[in-house]
Amino acid sequence: MLSLIIVLPLAAAAVLAGLPRLKDSAARTVFAATAGVETVLAVGLWAGYRAPGPGGLAYEERLRWIPNVGSSYHLGVDGLSLPLLVLTTVIFLACAVYDWKSRDRVRARSALFLFLETTCLGLFAAQDLILFFLFFDLSIVAMYFVIAGWGHGDRARSAMKFFLYTFLGSLALLVGFIGLYLGADPHTFDIPELAAANAFRGNPAGGFVLAAILLGLAVKTPTVPFHTWLPPAHTDAPATGSAVLAGILLKMGTYGFVRIAMPLLPDAWRAWSPAILTVGILSVLYGALVALAQSDLKRMIAYTSVNHMGYILIALGAAGAATGAGSTVRATAVTGAVTQMVSHGLITGALFLLAGVLQARAKTYDMGAFGGLATPAPKFAGFFAVAAFASLGLPAFSGFIAEFQIFAGSIGAVPLTAIALPGIVITAALFLRALQRIFTGPVKGRAEGFTDLRPAEMLSAGSLLVLSAVVGVFPAPLLAAITPAADAIVSLVRR
Amino acid sequence: MALQLLTEAAHSGPDPLALLPEIFLLAGAITALLTGSFLARQRQWITRVIAIVALLASAAAAVAALGAPAASVYEGSYTVDAATGGARLIVAVSALLVILLGRDELRGTDRESEHHALVLLASLGAVVLAGTSDLLVLGVAFLLASVPLYALIGMNRTRGGAEAALKTYLLGALLGIALLLGVTITYGLAGTTGYAGLASGMATAPGAAVAVGLLGIIAGLMFKAGAVPGHFWVPDAAQGAGTASAAFATTVPKVGGFIAAYRLLDAVHGTVNWPLLIAVLAALTMTLGNLAAYTQDDPRRLLGWSTVSQAGYLLMPVAVAGSVPLALPALLVYLAGYAVSNLAAFAVTAAYPDRRTLAGFQGLGSARPWHAGALVVSLLSLVGTPPTAVFLGKLTVFTAAWDGGFWWLTVIAAVNTIVSLFYYLRWIAPVFRTAGPDTPGAGDFSPRPWAARTAVGAAFLILAFGITAGLAWAALAGAPHS
Repeated sequence: MLSLIIVLPLAAAAVLAGLPRLKDSAARTVFAATAGVETVLAVGLWAGYRAPGPGGLAYEERLRWIPNVGSSYHLGVDGLSLPLLVLTTVIFLACAVYDWKSRDRVRARSALFLFLETTCLGLFAAQDLILFFLFFDLSIVAMYFVIAGWGHGDRARSAMKFFLYTFLGSLALLVGFIGLYLGADPHTFDIPELAAANAFRGNPAGGFVLAAILLGLAVKTPTVPFHTWLPPAHTDAPATGSAVLAGILLKMGTYGFVRIAMPLLPDAWRAWSPAILTVGILSVLYGALVALAQSDLKRMIAYTSVNHMGYILIALGAAGAATGAGSTVRATAVTGAVTQMVSHGLITGALFLLAGVLQARAKTYDMGAFGGLATPAPKFAGFFAVAAFASLGLPAFSGFIAEFQIFAGSIGAVPLTAIALPGIVITAALFLRALQRIFTGPVKGRAEGFTDLRPAEMLSAGSLLVLSAVVGVFPAPLLAAITPAADAIVSLVRR
Repeated sequence: MALQLLTEAAHSGPDPLALLPEIFLLAGAITALLTGSFLARQRQWITRVIAIVALLASAAAAVAALGAPAASVYEGSYTVDAATGGARLIVAVSALLVILLGRDELRGTDRESEHHALVLLASLGAVVLAGTSDLLVLGVAFLLASVPLYALIGMNRTRGGAEAALKTYLLGALLGIALLLGVTITYGLAGTTGYAGLASGMATAPGAAVAVGLLGIIAGLMFKAGAVPGHFWVPDAAQGAGTASAAFATTVPKVGGFIAAYRLLDAVHGTVNWPLLIAVLAALTMTLGNLAAYTQDDPRRLLGWSTVSQAGYLLMPVAVAGSVPLALPALLVYLAGYAVSNLAAFAVTAAYPDRRTLAGFQGLGSARPWHAGALVVSLLSLVGTPPTAVFLGKLTVFTAAWDGGFWWLTVIAAVNTIVSLFYYLRWIAPVFRTAGPDTPGAGDFSPRPWAARTAVGAAFLILAFGITAGLAWAALAGAPHS
């Protein structure tokens, strides 16, 4: 079942690549239909999901792959990966709908996005470090071509910077994985086996291995000071590319923390938690402040991603901090972190899709070039306002649930993390200011003659926002899946 | 001498069929050469068929011998084991790809039959170099692998080709003498030329003398491997020689050089501190190759420097020979992956021989998507992106080096890999850019058919190898645990 979900987009991509004379309409139908089937399959996966118990996996598959280095084709899901799998399929479906009217090399773009979907799904289902690394690297390659091929502005340079920077992260990750492999006896790359073995207990070398892994994941997440590739990549990427980059690819970094770094190197994680907390707090505050200073809307959203990813780091750092706090508080923080991954994917995905409308109509993201846009484009203004409020953490949206749990857990474990709270206020301020600059006042600049949202744009961005609201109002099903897994992570980290 | 050895093999050896893959190469070379001298220029293609048949037969014989237990033949002077089996197979498949990608370039030229004969002879030299476990045969194999190479590199009779051939010859002669000197000293110290007796024979010898002897031999083998200090000829040969010869010269000799170095150093494990020397050479080679490739604008010269950097990664398992069980499989996997990836990239340049700048490939992506795909796969494989062939090689050599205590070498190699991505991307990026009016050739891509087909075929081979090599390895070597 998992293999089917992972391979189906790849097969569809191969079909698209192999039929050079396919019409645009057929290509986009294949893309949308595959993305739709994927979403249905992923929702089916969730419907049939029964919590497998601590350390267990649902839908597990394991085949021999490279037995001589202890690596296998090992897939499985638990409460950490299942929400992200569903999120992936939803985001890609939204992208397929959003680009429905696009005419720019439809066949190649559809094939590339389907390939990208395979890498994202594979990564979240992988239970083997080499398999994880394979999908991690391929997602970078695919995103490079998305930015270089369909971006705008200085896209070649941005794509190159993205590739080099995240490739640096992936090599650091590989070095860390080799360290994990050599540390375990018998040598293995299998994630559950490594988690059970906890081979680096009391071994100071674990700190260096974790350092390599943290570097790799921190570049991908990204956190301060490894975030500099993110703003140019987002600014020059196409709207759907940005949505996938922010919605899914950034989660690969944060997911790596909970899937690999915390359970496999608990001693080192606890030792490093002050540094992780510091980086998290810095990311929150720095991301928010720099976002406040932007005049380019997409750069602004990109920096708020740095801010939002910082909350996740704070929660995960607090889970490993050496204080007297109980497991419940820490588990609340971890649950909040995973919820934040889903929530950020939905909301920022929607924000980037909406920001893409500016580029499509007016060829610029500069907020100063617009004014009074609510008059010619009331729907756009409405959607954007909803997305902005969701992003700044308004109750009734998923962001509130996530950030509330993160802070409740983190401050409970490490009271000092309260110094990150102003990040929320700054984020609120910058979104309100952006709304004011673009949408209110007299109609001026590029806002004149601005066409309002088309149905495809409304449907794609709107459905992401609806999902965010559903999670915000009925969080119980999501939390029911995440909480047992978060408990398991906390007990693994504290052993 | 090698001829003598091999003809003797056919008559007097304990198992005349033990060297069947080598015999096919020799027979193919002689047949191609003789047949070629009696054929009109328009019918020289027959020699190509002979060469292909010989290589296929050699590869088939090598596959048939793969599972057999390791054996030492001819009084210990030649070893038939997993390393020799790997060398036979990699060399035969590589030479086959070279002949296929050079088909359009050489068809109907007055040097076609000689080319094929020389390719087969140099391949034989590489295999014997890899298989020998005797210092004297090592010296002979060095000559057998080198002399045809000089001729191949200079054969297209261009200025660049002549310069490259001269450079290769001078360096080969110099380091060949170093190798023979090293062989002499080592023989004098150990009292034997067989690898089996070297370590015990040199146990009481002064360390400095042992080091000088080994140093000379390693210097000679680094010429074959294209690694520091014997790397100077590689970029010139890659740029100046004919495409097929360049592809051959940057691939097949390495197979012989690295496996020979591995075998020798494995035999003298524990004598002097050679692992550190090899590790330093590895770090120097990969760094130098990568930095020099940085600024190249000719794709062939870029590939030449890239093969130097790849030689650095290939030295990593050699540095831990004898102390890490993973070293030999890592070396073989990397060699196989590297050979097919490098040849795929050369095949793309062979398909468009007139495009000698990176910018000349602008627009290839939209004009010839399959060829662009083959180029991307081969270059990403050289970077080491999964699931391509070199990824498995990189994973295993990184692991082997760290396991042998050289964690710093693994870190240097990882940093070098990031650096290498930069110049490979300099080639990938224009491929997907739209061709402008100032593009050389203006985006009119009419490929040479066989070279292009070889490129696409090799690209599929890269992916197939990368995905299935782990299982094949387990089937051949036996999995350590389920």
